[in-house]
Amino acid sequence: MTFYGYRIPSMAALLVWAVIWEIIGRFELVMLFPPFTEVLSALGDVVTTPSFASAARITMFSYLAGLAIAIVFGVALGMLMGLVKPADRLLNMWVNIFLSAPLSALVPVIMILLGMGTPTVVATVFMFAVWIIALDTRAGVQQVTPSLMEMSHSFGASRYQRLRIILLAALPEILAGVRLGVIRGVKGVVIGQLLVSIIGVGALFNLYSQNFLMAHFWALILILFAFALSLAAIVGRLESRVEYYAGSRG
Amino acid sequence: MTMAKSLSAASASRADSRDAVIQVSGLHKVYGNSVTALENIDLSFMRGQLTSLLGPSGCGKTTLLKIIAGLLEPTSGEVLVNGKPVRGPGPERAFVFQDFALMPWATVLRNAAFGLEVRGTPKAEREDRARHYIKEVGLAGFEDKYPHELSGGMRQRVGLARALAVNADVLLMDEPFSAVDEQTRRKFQEDLIRLREVEKKTFILVTHSIEEAVYLSDRIVLLSPRPGRVAEIIEPDIDRNVDPDMIRREPAYLDLIDDIWRGLRHYVE
Repeated sequence: MTFYGYRIPSMAALLVWAVIWEIIGRFELVMLFPPFTEVLSALGDVVTTPSFASAARITMFSYLAGLAIAIVFGVALGMLMGLVKPADRLLNMWVNIFLSAPLSALVPVIMILLGMGTPTVVATVFMFAVWIIALDTRAGVQQVTPSLMEMSHSFGASRYQRLRIILLAALPEILAGVRLGVIRGVKGVVIGQLLVSIIGVGALFNLYSQNFLMAHFWALILILFAFALSLAAIVGRLESRVEYYAGSRG
Repeated sequence: MTMAKSLSAASASRADSRDAVIQVSGLHKVYGNSVTALENIDLSFMRGQLTSLLGPSGCGKTTLLKIIAGLLEPTSGEVLVNGKPVRGPGPERAFVFQDFALMPWATVLRNAAFGLEVRGTPKAEREDRARHYIKEVGLAGFEDKYPHELSGGMRQRVGLARALAVNADVLLMDEPFSAVDEQTRRKFQEDLIRLREVEKKTFILVTHSIEEAVYLSDRIVLLSPRPGRVAEIIEPDIDRNVDPDMIRREPAYLDLIDDIWRGLRHYVE
C-alpha cells in the first residue's frame, strides 16, 4: 500500500489497531480491555514467571508431538487416498467431515479416553491439523503428471523409489497443507489446554481470567498469536522455495 | 495409394524378421469393452533403423509405443524384444516423453542420470556417463541448471540424454518434438540425424508430422484410425549424408510428403 507516495508496510495496520485499543483502554469503557501499553508491560511479567516457563515447555511439547504425528499420518493418509481409488472413495467423505466438524466438541470425548493430561492435548493438536494435511497431500498426489509416474516406471524405479518421486512431486501441495496444519495445530493446543484447563497455557488462561488479570490474559494471547504466525511464516518460506515445481510440472 | 517402395505389412514382417530387435505379432488393444485402439498389428523393427509410427490422432500410435515400452498391457498378442516377450519396462528400452517428464526438483545432471541412479550405478560413474550424454545432446554447461530454467527444446534434450545414458538398444520416442517450437524442432531433427550416426541405436518415433517422419525415418509405418491398423509401410529413399537443409529440398523428400498426405487426407475430411 502507498500513502501520499510513501510505501507503507502491511504491518502498519496493526499499529492502527494498537492505537484504537489504547484509546478504548484509556477510557476504561470495557473492563475486559486494559490499555494496550498495560498489556505490553504485562508481557514482561508473564514471560518471566516460572509458571509461564513450565506452561511454555508443556505446550511446546504437546504441540510439536501432535503436529509431528499429524504430518506423518496426514501425508501417509493423503498418499493412500491419492493413489488408491477405493481407499479414496471410502475415506474422502470422512476426512472432509472431520475437516469441517466442530472438533472442540470432541475434546471432552478425547479427555474421557485419554485423561486430563498431555496425551489429550497431543490428540487435540493432531485432530485439528491432520485432515487438511491429508486433503492437500491427496490433491498434490493427484496432480502429479502421469508421465512422471510412467517415466520412473519405464526406467525401472522400484516401488519405494516411485513413491519417493510422487512425494517430491506433490511437495508444493503438501507444504501448503502443512502450513495450514501448523496454524490449526495452534488452535488445537490452546483449545485442548483450555478444556483440560489444568496444564500448560490453558491453566495460565484460567488463572488470569479468574483473577481478572486482563492485561496478563491479553499478553498471553499476543504471545500465542506471534507463535502461530511465525511458525506459518517459516513454512511459507519453505514453500516459496519449491514453488517453481507447480509451474514446471505440467 | 500406390508407391514404389511400399510393402504390405505381413510380407515386410516376414522378410525382415532375421534382424529384428522388436517383433510385434497379433497385437490387439481394446480400451474398456468397446473402443478398439489397435487391431491385429504385426510389425518388426530392425536393429539400427529409425522407424516412425505415423498417423492421424486416434490411430493408436502412442498406445502401440507404450505397449512396446511395457507401460501398457495389450489385450492380446505379443511383443518380443531381442526374442524375449515383454512383461513390463526393461533396460533394453528407454522412453522419451512428449512432455519431457523431468523431475523439477533435480538438476539437469541428476535428471540425465536418473535411469542409472535407479539401477544403483555408483554416483561417480553415472555422473560421468550423464555428463557425456549431456554434452552429446548439446547441453554442456547446463549440468547444474534446473528444468524450469531451461526452454522446452532444452528440456527435451535432457529427456534424450536421460534415455541415451542407460545405453538401451531401443529408444522409444513419443512425439518428442511436438511440445517444442518450430525452429527448435528443425534444429533438433537435424541433431537427431547426426546422433543416430554416432549412437547406432534403434529408434521408434511416434509423430503426427508427415515432414518429420519423412525427414528422419528409414521406415514409416502408416497407421489408420479407428481401429488402429497398419495401413502401409514406406521406406523413404533419401540420402541423409548431405547437408541437412538439402534434404528438405530434395524432390524425393517433397514427393513422398505429398504422397503420404494424399493417402491420409480422407481420414481428416
